[in-house]
Amino acid sequence: MSGVAREWREIPGRYNLEGTKCGNCGKIFFPARNFCPICRRASMGKMEQYGICRTGKVFSFSIVHEAPESNNLQKPYAVAMVQTDDGVMITAQLVDVDFDKIAIGMPVRAVLRKLSMDGESGIIRYGYKFVPLD
Amino acid sequence: MREVAIIGTGVTKFGELWNKSFRSLGIEAGMKAIEDAHLSGSEIDAVFIGNLSAGRFINQQHIDALVADYSGMATNHIPATRVEAGGASGGVAFRQGVMAVASGMHDIVMVGGAEKMTDLDDASINSVMDSTADSEWEAEMGATFASLHAMIAQRMIYEGIATREEIASVAVNSHFHGAFNPNAQFKKAVPIETVLRSGPVATPLGMFDTAPISDGAASVILCPLDMAKEYTDSYVKVAASAQASDTLALFQRPDITTYGATVAAAQKAYAAAGISASDIDVAEVHDVYSVGGIMALQDLGFYKKGEAGKAMLEGQCHFDAGKIAVNTSGGLKARGHPIGATGVAQIVEIAQQLRGKADNRQVADAKYGLAQNVGGTGSAVTVSILEAI
Amino acid sequence: MDVGIVSYGAYVPRNRIKPEEIGRIWGVDGKGMGKGLMINQKSVPSPDEDVVTIATEAARSMMARVPEVNPKDIGAIYVGSESHPYAVKPTATIVAEAIEATPSMTAADMEFACKAGTAGIQACMGLVGSGMVKYGVAIGADTSQGAPGDALEYSASAGGAAYLIGSENIIARINKTLSFTTDTPDFWRREGQPYPKHGGRFTGEPAYFRHITSAAKMMLEAMGTKPEDYNYAVFHQPNGKFPTRVAAQLGFTTEQIQYGLLTPEIGNTYSGAVPLGLANVLDHAKPGDRIFVTSYGSGAGSDSFDITVTDAIKDYKRDNAPVLEKILSNVVYLDYGTYAKFKGKIILPE
Repeated sequence: MSGVAREWREIPGRYNLEGTKCGNCGKIFFPARNFCPICRRASMGKMEQYGICRTGKVFSFSIVHEAPESNNLQKPYAVAMVQTDDGVMITAQLVDVDFDKIAIGMPVRAVLRKLSMDGESGIIRYGYKFVPLD
Repeated sequence: MREVAIIGTGVTKFGELWNKSFRSLGIEAGMKAIEDAHLSGSEIDAVFIGNLSAGRFINQQHIDALVADYSGMATNHIPATRVEAGGASGGVAFRQGVMAVASGMHDIVMVGGAEKMTDLDDASINSVMDSTADSEWEAEMGATFASLHAMIAQRMIYEGIATREEIASVAVNSHFHGAFNPNAQFKKAVPIETVLRSGPVATPLGMFDTAPISDGAASVILCPLDMAKEYTDSYVKVAASAQASDTLALFQRPDITTYGATVAAAQKAYAAAGISASDIDVAEVHDVYSVGGIMALQDLGFYKKGEAGKAMLEGQCHFDAGKIAVNTSGGLKARGHPIGATGVAQIVEIAQQLRGKADNRQVADAKYGLAQNVGGTGSAVTVSILEAI
Repeated sequence: MDVGIVSYGAYVPRNRIKPEEIGRIWGVDGKGMGKGLMINQKSVPSPDEDVVTIATEAARSMMARVPEVNPKDIGAIYVGSESHPYAVKPTATIVAEAIEATPSMTAADMEFACKAGTAGIQACMGLVGSGMVKYGVAIGADTSQGAPGDALEYSASAGGAAYLIGSENIIARINKTLSFTTDTPDFWRREGQPYPKHGGRFTGEPAYFRHITSAAKMMLEAMGTKPEDYNYAVFHQPNGKFPTRVAAQLGFTTEQIQYGLLTPEIGNTYSGAVPLGLANVLDHAKPGDRIFVTSYGSGAGSDSFDITVTDAIKDYKRDNAPVLEKILSNVVYLDYGTYAKFKGKIILPE
């Protein structure tokens, strides 16, 4: 069984796409970072919480046929790299979409969905997936 | 800094080795290498082992101690170090060994790579592989290791860098060579139709674009170049051993059709060896997924971006094509991919080619060879160059 | 102090199954069943959807329409459902995090069969009206299970709607709310049981009809109004037939209940039913429109509301989130096997 503390710690990122912005150079990162990889020491103490924009476009995608057990009921399923309107790249599942309509450049938006469960009695993990934006 | 030589190599069969435990595999490769180097075993004064995840595959941590013990070196209390860097565990272990000799810290060093994957069920094995990507923000989000490579392939096709057929031809090339390697997991050549029609794993990649799950081990013995003659007439020089890192997650890169770490490591390696890409006669590249082979050819500078696929498709990478021979061992796809062993097995193949011991897959007059070993989706890359003496 | 609806949001999953497809499996005239119930199809949640995700989507739409409202000013959130993912661990806190309203607030989950959502609206009205909170959120959402082969399998569906209750910039003033509550065992589900049970025809006259008509009559008397004083009426809708009949019994016309009656198109969304019906009315309402709402929850009780749409609805940014007509135009039809797989009715290997 996965640790519940770990799931709880990641809620801001998983539910609300909370990342960080470097107070020194202004670059935005997701997931959140404690340290800007560009400014390094100059960024210490200057990383700010930043909610990443929840709309974006598909940068690349794949239809996954060999799926982990957590996605058994929905295989095959789509994953995509999405470039948000903030210029940040995020990797997530793409749902509520017909596979033959998925294309690079397609506009999408983030929604909250179930990611997995620890069996029938463990906790449920929620996080972002993307749906077509119309 | 001293120059380093490889004086012996050893490799097991790769495959689903139900009868072999982790212990017996690692030892078998090491014993072969010791024999090949004409050593007794007591000369070794340090050992480095590349291993991805014995902790999860066989519930055994402390692999350093296990290998030192079962290879008979713990009685001499020599230092043993286990190295992990995703799929590049073997390549990084090799570089650690080279650094140990080059620095003067140790004289005779054994580098091994070993992995026992088949004691675990398929779902758990895939979960271990997925954890070499960004576990939290890729794997947990549903992006399997295969799908990350698939998204790279998707983008390569979209940007016109390679066609689906060209990507598939990496597997055809690997199987072509596997047919000549008695230790390979798959010893049968396959036509491109087989690759294109194989069951989908993560589109556009299918089963035949994917390296298998394997057990196996490989080993090399290193010593200072100027001492090599004391042990054997058949040795090769380590002309370069470079390593580079990159972001853990694929989505954090500005361009996903290039492995920046391969480019960086290759540049350092060519500079250290005093050669350029066109001097390479034979190369082992990391085709854990076929698309990785195309990326390697371009990132190592063998071909310009957009032209590597065509060369591969036309069979120009065959051992007897007269160009840069690629994956004469069968690559990860046909020779097999016991993860921690792969990087060292690549070194073994290159060394055998340069020593003229590659049997009926021998590249004629091979003088320089290169091994590229990759962890995760290019998060760690080692590029090693060997030179025939 | 005026108390009312500041914003609302709605969500229905896009999968559907038709009654004839269900009937095909059980050797029953499914089409006839559908006709009898006045249900053409029902919504089915995808395997990665549940009451948490449905409530969150509705709540996020609700917040998107009022970008000037700071979620930290939300003082309470109640999620009413009979299919909360956890028996113990509230849906409300997960939704609260997902709309960034935490931590200075109260929260709880509610259960009262199909009226848990409207019960939440009443609770929020009290907190806002007493000055205890600035805004309260009440959500009714369900992914209810119908027992395989039972009549309820043709109607039990998934969906939900969220309401932001406050006293400033209200788009619809709740003039009054009252309830009629008794201990009536018409429909129930014991702890740990996967499917509910019901009293057959007992669920009609002594349960649904008695409570709705009692509450409705109490409301008309309290407000001194007649059915023709209202532009719209929304009644609980376990099928299409009951609300049509109760509307006629009370003197409301089919035109008045038209927008608020979604069950024929999406099935019975249980705690989501009246909240969704009201949302569809609000999608079409104009300033001055008067809306009569009476929910029903088995066990049993009815919550009645008298609502007047205000001028503020003219500036309301409804288009910041999809309206129900748009949401309901995106549909995918399932066969029974896929439906059974999605609804967890197939025993999976360990």
